[in-house]
Amino acid sequence: MGQQAVNGLFLGSIYALFALGYTLVFGVLDILNLAHAAVFMLASFVALVLVSDLHLHLLLALPCTMALAGLLGLLLERVAFRPLRSRADSNVAGLISSLAAATVLEAVALEVFGPNVARFPFGTLPAGDPAHPLHLFGAVVSRLQLTIIGVAVILFLSLTFLVKRTRLGREVRAVAESPRAARVLGVNVDRAIAASFFISSALGGAAGVLYGLAFNSISPDMGRSVELKGLSVIIVGGMGSMPGAVLAGFALGLTEVFVVAHLGGSWRDAVSFAGLFLILVLRPHGLLGAVSPREA
Amino acid sequence: MRPSGRAPAILAFAALVAASPARAADATVKIGACLSLTGPAALYGAQQKAGIQAAVDEVNREGQIPGVKLEVVIEDDASTKEEGIAVYQRFIGRDRVSAILGPTLSNTATAVDPLAQSAKVPVVAISNTAPRGITDIGDYVFRVSLTEGQVIPSALKRAHARLHFGTAGVLYGNDDAFTQAGFGVMRGALEALGVRILGTQTFAKPDRDYNAQLTALIALKPDILVVSALVENAAGIVTQARQLGWRGPILGGNGFNSAAFVGNAGPAAEGVLVGTSWNRSSPDPANQAFLRLMAGRGVEPDQFCAQAYTGVLVIARALAASGGKGGREDLRAALAKVKDLDTPLGRFSFLENRDGNHEPALQEVRDGRFQIAP
Repeated sequence: MGQQAVNGLFLGSIYALFALGYTLVFGVLDILNLAHAAVFMLASFVALVLVSDLHLHLLLALPCTMALAGLLGLLLERVAFRPLRSRADSNVAGLISSLAAATVLEAVALEVFGPNVARFPFGTLPAGDPAHPLHLFGAVVSRLQLTIIGVAVILFLSLTFLVKRTRLGREVRAVAESPRAARVLGVNVDRAIAASFFISSALGGAAGVLYGLAFNSISPDMGRSVELKGLSVIIVGGMGSMPGAVLAGFALGLTEVFVVAHLGGSWRDAVSFAGLFLILVLRPHGLLGAVSPREA
Repeated sequence: MRPSGRAPAILAFAALVAASPARAADATVKIGACLSLTGPAALYGAQQKAGIQAAVDEVNREGQIPGVKLEVVIEDDASTKEEGIAVYQRFIGRDRVSAILGPTLSNTATAVDPLAQSAKVPVVAISNTAPRGITDIGDYVFRVSLTEGQVIPSALKRAHARLHFGTAGVLYGNDDAFTQAGFGVMRGALEALGVRILGTQTFAKPDRDYNAQLTALIALKPDILVVSALVENAAGIVTQARQLGWRGPILGGNGFNSAAFVGNAGPAAEGVLVGTSWNRSSPDPANQAFLRLMAGRGVEPDQFCAQAYTGVLVIARALAASGGKGGREDLRAALAKVKDLDTPLGRFSFLENRDGNHEPALQEVRDGRFQIAP
């Protein structure tokens, strides 16, 4: 029981981190950035190159990768979203162009890194003494799991601070509320949108690195395994709600683990997505999604 | 008396005349080998090619088929069914081969072996391990490679004799025909040994996280974990099991039987048990001779090499038994009678259903590579 809870939190922290980036861009722009999963995948490869070819320590490679992923996010915003922003159908057009960007990025990764599964070298994270694993409430917790949950929590806290307490965070929230009103109040809307893409992609990149480390399996199609789950996490959490994404991410991780353990692996996705429908019926705006004042 | 100046020439002529009757009778029997030399299965194909060439040279050097010289035509099927069909058509029609050493992949075999069957050309499969759908194609299709259904029960039996496990936890991929079939074989073999299966868990090929399944199985405290998975999943499963603190034995199906598994799982692979058709360290003279022969050719042989080598020996034995008649029908009849042939794989016979039969072995990962378990 305790062990499964640890497994669920471990998986959930990666889902939550991934979904945070999704929900941030959605909250600001009302656009689903489907290239998020491709950023997740590319970041994993970038970290692999930094660690295995340039021999950077992982804790140094992680912020470097997040910065590079953030820059990729800026590029995506400039190429795939900004040119469409003035169109009346910018939401749908943006969705399609992000899907196109995802396809391009995946093809690039396939060309550069090949279709085979790549791995971090052994000992990227010290595994600790296998004869004496860490015990916590009767569960075995590996140093890898602790590192991943720890990094995820640090990133949640920093993001919350950034959004709630800084000028940039206030600008991003203002744009999310109403771009026009924000502009009237002197907010540089383009800059706020670019910033949210940077942060979103950096978080997605961090999730990619942690996923690659957690399961030591990096391939050009790895984004697909989290893409749909990330979407259902932000829907359950309440579109655009960051605490909701974190909560729903952990909830999904725990649900999956317990379904696998008690009903069997084949039921995992079926039960998880049935739960998604159930929540949408009971709480159409998600767990923490507020009814937007513009709609109310 | 001084020998005549012409004597050496006469002697040489006499020698030539004496030798010539044998030479004149030397017929050539041509066989085709359809191998995956490019594409995803190219690693297997390269080993098979080396094994076949070595065996053909050896058969001819030793004169294993009196009065007959064996000739082999090797062609590449690019690991695809389409190319395989083209190769088979050339073998059957253009090269008029007496027999075909079957394609590297089971998948290709299901498409091409029916062509040989309908043309009545004997096929000897050297690496197809799918339990069904190969020798079922017809009475011209033979197989040297053991199926999953032959290797896994033997591996479990040997592991049981060594470790005396009474209970097992089973994990298998339920979205793949091979891993699912492997699970069926494992379950039957465990039941036959009187081992109680405490729990069964499943995963799908794209999965990367097996912690939930493994935690549930480990919580049941089985004596052994038995896993049917393809190589990509296998490495992840073993690594995560060790991370979760599982220190008991793990036995894998044929998907584990690859150097890539050991490379990807690294230290976690140590101690993992896997069945194999070829016991590299067998002291049998036939195996030792094979190892010396391959070492002399600069090849580090694997199971695929040994099976391909054996395929040629089997055909040579059949040809010798049929008096060197290379006719396709003669050869088919003679193949069916191959029995107790000493090969690198052990003492080899064909079963009633034309599947091969010999004693499989159990290997264990030690010091980063597969070694035969005692």
